[in-house]
Amino acid sequence: MFRRPQFLLCLCLPTLVAAAPYTPTDDTQVLERVPARSSDPRARELHALRQQLRQDPQNLALAVRLAQRYYDEVAAQGDPRYIGQAQAALQPWLGLSDPPPPVRLLRAILLQFDHRFDEALADLDAVLRAAPDHVEAGAWRTAILMVRADYEGARASCRQLAPFTTPLSAAACAAQVDAATGRAATAAASLRAALRDHPQASAPERLWSLTRLAEIEERRGDAAAAEAAFREAQALGLPDVYLQAAHADFLLDQGRAAEVLVLLQGRGRADVLLLRLALAAKATGDAGAAAHAAELRARFDAARQRGDTSHRKEESRFALAIEGDVPRALALARENWVEQREAADARILLEAALAARDADAAAPVLRWLEATGFESTVLRALAARVRELR
Amino acid sequence: MPARDVWTRWRRALLLAAALALWAAAGWAHKPSDSYLSLTVADATASGRWDIALRDLDLALALDADGDGLITWGELRARHGEIAAYAGARLAITADGEPCTLEIGAQQVDDHTDGTYTVLPLRVTCPRPPVVLGLAYTLFAELDPQHRGLLQLGTPAGTRAAILGPLAPLQRFELGHGGAWEQFAAYLRDGVWHIWIGFDHILFLLSLLLPAVGLWAARRWRPVERFASAFWDVLRIVTSFTVAHSVTLSLATLGFVSLPSRLVESAIAASVVVAALNNVWPLFLGRRWLMAFAFGLVHGFGFASVLAELGLPQGTLALALVGFNVGVELGQLAIVLVFLPLAWAVRRSWFYRRAVLLGGSLAIAALAAVWLAERVFEVKLLPW
Repeated sequence: MFRRPQFLLCLCLPTLVAAAPYTPTDDTQVLERVPARSSDPRARELHALRQQLRQDPQNLALAVRLAQRYYDEVAAQGDPRYIGQAQAALQPWLGLSDPPPPVRLLRAILLQFDHRFDEALADLDAVLRAAPDHVEAGAWRTAILMVRADYEGARASCRQLAPFTTPLSAAACAAQVDAATGRAATAAASLRAALRDHPQASAPERLWSLTRLAEIEERRGDAAAAEAAFREAQALGLPDVYLQAAHADFLLDQGRAAEVLVLLQGRGRADVLLLRLALAAKATGDAGAAAHAAELRARFDAARQRGDTSHRKEESRFALAIEGDVPRALALARENWVEQREAADARILLEAALAARDADAAAPVLRWLEATGFESTVLRALAARVRELR
Repeated sequence: MPARDVWTRWRRALLLAAALALWAAAGWAHKPSDSYLSLTVADATASGRWDIALRDLDLALALDADGDGLITWGELRARHGEIAAYAGARLAITADGEPCTLEIGAQQVDDHTDGTYTVLPLRVTCPRPPVVLGLAYTLFAELDPQHRGLLQLGTPAGTRAAILGPLAPLQRFELGHGGAWEQFAAYLRDGVWHIWIGFDHILFLLSLLLPAVGLWAARRWRPVERFASAFWDVLRIVTSFTVAHSVTLSLATLGFVSLPSRLVESAIAASVVVAALNNVWPLFLGRRWLMAFAFGLVHGFGFASVLAELGLPQGTLALALVGFNVGVELGQLAIVLVFLPLAWAVRRSWFYRRAVLLGGSLAIAALAAVWLAERVFEVKLLPW
């Protein structure tokens, strides 16, 4: 009778924070998994590039290629270690006041990972001044303006990009701005049409456009259309953390948490996905709920210890939905809103304000909804409940 | 035009990748690379452990020997010696400026939130019980500048936490018990050390001092006849330099003046070029003390940035400033005390008047010109 709880404890220990150090007894025991250089072509390519750059660290073309590959890995796996490794590859040029344009673009991306949006925009503007047709710089610039809820700026940015990019990308760029400014129905229709008219578009481009479409449909409250777009995006088979997180959020809202556990199985290394796993496990009463929560708590603690504040949105959601720590959730959501103003940022602030019964705290979001005409059934419903608090 | 070429190729690749990156700006939660370093200090020794992620070590040392994506205990165990050497070379501990020895014991493993770590047991032996414990942490600095070492430092006064990493590779921790004198002494030692390793300062000073024992005038070598006059010349130059750099070191450290470091570093390099060339084509031979004063003001800003990097203690700022400054002067004095008798002894030789004064000055000017180019254009030309 005494055996069982101990046995259970042993099962969850490995996922908890720093237990006691131990000495494995078996040489074949697997301690860690890393990208397999012998079988995984992506890992082999990265390894080869790294070796070449080590021989020739001043080789700009090589450094840029390696950094770009690292960014791809960040998008695919959500592992921020690659950001630091990209920074290392670019180190000889990063401190320059006017680095070569490819480095300047990559530096802007590094800066925005750190939420240093002003500096990132300054770099992107410099790249675009030299080359107005620079699609990727324009794309990043638009993305940052969207995060900061500068929709007029984003619209102008999309317009400048349009002649230089593909019709599908141009349509998706415009649609995301339109959907944020009271024209969600036309935005969805035109994006769907663009997807239909350009079936030959590349898989990453379709993935991006479909994810945007799914989000717009979800906000409009058309769950069936959102579901279809998410499925079509998943069917492309590309690893993409953002898509997984958005899809998981959709399923959680639909009360389909069990599907999230399947969708994200084994993807917990990315913090954003571990958060969704923890939320789904809690909703379904899954046995792993406590372990997921403990691991996430430990990661937030570790991030705080290293002075990192770029994860406030996720931590606020964690504090509210899992820890039930309303004051902390509200404080984090308010700080986050100062920096980032997308639908998810608005939502966590409304939810935390509701839980705290503090309508004033949500006032900035209410003003933002008024001013932009941002369409979202969920946000509008939450906002109505906040107004009732008064 | 290689740069242009790179840019064109890069642009072509971009049009394909175009807009797919758009969303990354939304940002994700981070669990980047961290190591966990805990140390407890007791008298002249410290003990603790250092947990380093296997994934990070794999990047540095390719732990996954067979490349199958799995790091086994056997693979790890075989590399324990290399790991200890690698890590040990990237953590330097000092007690009041003097190096401590670091022993790394038998490694174990432990699980953290983002994977398995190797655990290095540490034993630190210092030449004295540290008043100021210095930690120079450079682990993975060249592989991942976002790597951090999360330090828990146990002291008799309680536990302290700090973040180690490339942003502040050298950190100092006052362990409380030391009196004002010990702190002063610690900064003094740093001051001495930094003038000795600050080659641009030394070369500037030497360039000014070289003609103190003799000079070329009207194509003739005129050695100085009386030691006293060489001595006063040196004293005047050293004093001017000292007064000038003490003024700006103090003003900058106390926060009254601040200059961009690129400007300061470039001006320091330029001062070395001018001082050295002045020995070959004299412009102001008898007024070298004025040059020492004018450029000394610039060098003071350079010292101030070194002092700022060392970390300034709250509350005892003046003590640190004076200690560091006195240290710089003593270090400088030591250099002069070695230089002057030697130069005096050989001043009549061909070696001194040709090889040292002319050849040496030209070599110094050339080296400093490269530094100047590096600092102005922010490029790396020299391998060190």
